Amino acid sequence: MTMSISNQKIGYVNLTTGEIRKEYITEDMRKFLIGSRGFNMYLMHTLTPKGIDAFDPRNWWFISCGVLGGMLVPSCGRTQVSGLSPLTGAVGDSNMGGFFGVEMRYSGFDTIAVTGKAEKPVYLYVHDDEIEILDAKYIWGTDTSDCIERIREKHKDADISAAMIGQAGENLVRYANVRTGLKSSAGRTGMGALMGSKNLKCVAARGTQDLPLHQPEEALANWKSEVAKARERRMVKTLLRFGKGIYFGNTNTVGLIRAYNFKQNQMLYADDLEVESMDRYTVGREACYGCQIHCRHRWKVPEGPYKGHYGVGPEYTSLGSMGTEIGNVKMDVCLAADDLVNKWGVDNLEAGSMIGWAMELYELGILTKEDTGGLDLKWGDPEVIYELVRQITFREGLGDILAEGPLRAAEKIGKNSAYYLVQVKGMSNLQSDERPTPSLALNVAVATRGSDHLRGRPVPDLFGLPKDVLERMYGGEQTTDFNSYMGKPRMVWHHEISAATHDTIGNCGMGGQPDMPYTLKINTGLELSNEEMWTIGERIHIIERLFNKSRGFGRKDDHLADRYYDVPTTMGMPKARGKTIDRDKFEIMLDEFYELHGCDSEGHPTKETIKRLGLDKEPSYILGTPGKEIELK
Amino acid sequence: MQKIILVDPTKCTGCRTCEMVCSVKHLGVSNPSRARIHIVKWEQECFEIPMLCQQCEDAPCAAVCPVRAISRDEELGTNTIDHDKCIVCKMCVLSCPFGAMKYDVRGHKVSKCDQCHGDPQCVAICDTHAVTYVDANMANANKQRDAASKGYVLRKEQKEAIGPEVGHPMP
Repeated sequence: MTMSISNQKIGYVNLTTGEIRKEYITEDMRKFLIGSRGFNMYLMHTLTPKGIDAFDPRNWWFISCGVLGGMLVPSCGRTQVSGLSPLTGAVGDSNMGGFFGVEMRYSGFDTIAVTGKAEKPVYLYVHDDEIEILDAKYIWGTDTSDCIERIREKHKDADISAAMIGQAGENLVRYANVRTGLKSSAGRTGMGALMGSKNLKCVAARGTQDLPLHQPEEALANWKSEVAKARERRMVKTLLRFGKGIYFGNTNTVGLIRAYNFKQNQMLYADDLEVESMDRYTVGREACYGCQIHCRHRWKVPEGPYKGHYGVGPEYTSLGSMGTEIGNVKMDVCLAADDLVNKWGVDNLEAGSMIGWAMELYELGILTKEDTGGLDLKWGDPEVIYELVRQITFREGLGDILAEGPLRAAEKIGKNSAYYLVQVKGMSNLQSDERPTPSLALNVAVATRGSDHLRGRPVPDLFGLPKDVLERMYGGEQTTDFNSYMGKPRMVWHHEISAATHDTIGNCGMGGQPDMPYTLKINTGLELSNEEMWTIGERIHIIERLFNKSRGFGRKDDHLADRYYDVPTTMGMPKARGKTIDRDKFEIMLDEFYELHGCDSEGHPTKETIKRLGLDKEPSYILGTPGKEIELK
Repeated sequence: MQKIILVDPTKCTGCRTCEMVCSVKHLGVSNPSRARIHIVKWEQECFEIPMLCQQCEDAPCAAVCPVRAISRDEELGTNTIDHDKCIVCKMCVLSCPFGAMKYDVRGHKVSKCDQCHGDPQCVAICDTHAVTYVDANMANANKQRDAASKGYVLRKEQKEAIGPEVGHPMP
């Protein structure tokens, strides 16, 4: 049976030489990796030369859309951005919603891979089987809101969508993000800095090509039933009304957030940061492509000192990073800061973590007024927050040091400052405290792209589900107690593989997951069983581990910051209070986790695993014939 | 019974599902740029409005058509293109005041909303009810009720303040 999407291509762009090559995606490639994160990871592992710095022109940057993007499956329009990370030196990979990926897909490309470095700022314009390299003089230096409007004006097309960098990416802030729309950001691992290092301001796309469906009638009927099912879920009903900020309130109540860098695991008097107070600022709702969940508020600050700031959101991360993390409990301050980081293209989470860290160092006397350029780094002071965000973006004063990311900044500041970082592999943790929850702590520590909360977080562990339900879900022995260390590696393993599989189809999971083999079949004609899809998830994870291994990462990097083991939590509900992670038990969890993934005790995939997943063959087997120009249908 | 598709921009989330479903329904492929409904966006102002054919009674597209290919279906209240007659001169595209008449380059014909012959799919999948399919006679009913409800609330408050047993006629 042929795939309906056999006309989709991968575009390879060399910015140094201006060479552009297009290749069809074969059914073999689909069956091996499906798409999106699968392609990105495989191409990254195969093409990136060993031993290079992330800012080396020979480094590659990838952007992909999921295999079901633009097809009749709800919540499946996500875009994946990857490359060797300038922040961590390991796997760089981030995922965003919005409309860009789908627009790129409608122009005939599932993936665009960019290498080299342009002489002067350029951007890519993707439309109808074409990739053009255009002069970005008129948009270089603009923020991400201004940039897209200028592009639309220039090309006289209001429907263009773009994945852009702001000033932060241009200034090579190591955690600059890639942005599309008012909210969607591929924030983690500094993919924006990678674009900036290639003098690539944005990829703009506008597609008018057909995306044929394998069985259109069935797909339409399936869409309706999937949406009806999703709308019945209580979580979805809540998301419809409040958006993803809803997670913040309950996490704070339990005592699982980070406040004042890492000093507290609960923020008192944070009522204003609860998502219910968004009603004052909300002017409507927004959705990503083809999504019925519309989990985002559109907001505008109507009055007060921050009047006129507007945006979409906020999420848990925004409320944490520009809220509790830096000691702020005011919603309008948080929203205005959110607007700034988004416009300038800085990763919200990392920026908040760096500012929170600097504030704690200032409190401890490690940073003094001389270091800060006269700035008094008081917790929660709005002026200090905005000034630091500005300094980071434009690399001035203290911001120039903070823009280097946790490990490099700590090296520059010295004096035991590294102890106060809350990071894994050089990337800061989410604004959540995992000391009471070994399962979440393990996930954060072992994630291939550095500290991570989106690619394997075993959230169901927190729901206190009955033992037999958990055992049905995960297999192996499980316990309802989230403080326990038993069975948790299996949870993380399960969620990591499941997340990898879902990323390949571009699903965000907010509306629940579709019946994947069936939706894949009726939309694309691709026939894969559940087991085959699971193997693809495993394959992607193992590719990431292989990539990290070749960059010198191993078991030593799969650990948490020292304070997780040494300092007990002080606040929250009884199950969250007085908890640390036990070093010995954590090591046992690691052993079990590696074994489940088919890795040795160093966290490196064994020969048998590599062979089982078909990764021992040479790359051209999958990649077709690199270097050969193809003729377009 | 004539029915019309009502648009409420305040409810639109801009997800573009209607565009996708429209193209799948009519063409069997997913391609929003060939859909007969289009969400026009002002991203920075957070404003979105779905645009589609208004099925005008005195339709400019029908008036300018040199071969009389556009006719009125009185039963459904829609204007229909007869593609056998149509010579694709695109005069209708130029004359439509809403930009709802479209030239489909890939399909080599002009296209416009036909309300899926009485079962509009954009309405069927719009969860926020930004587009609804209502009886043409009742098109204003919801707006009227919304406006009236302001008076109703006031009156209810007065009634509660006075108490039901008084039975004083309200002004």
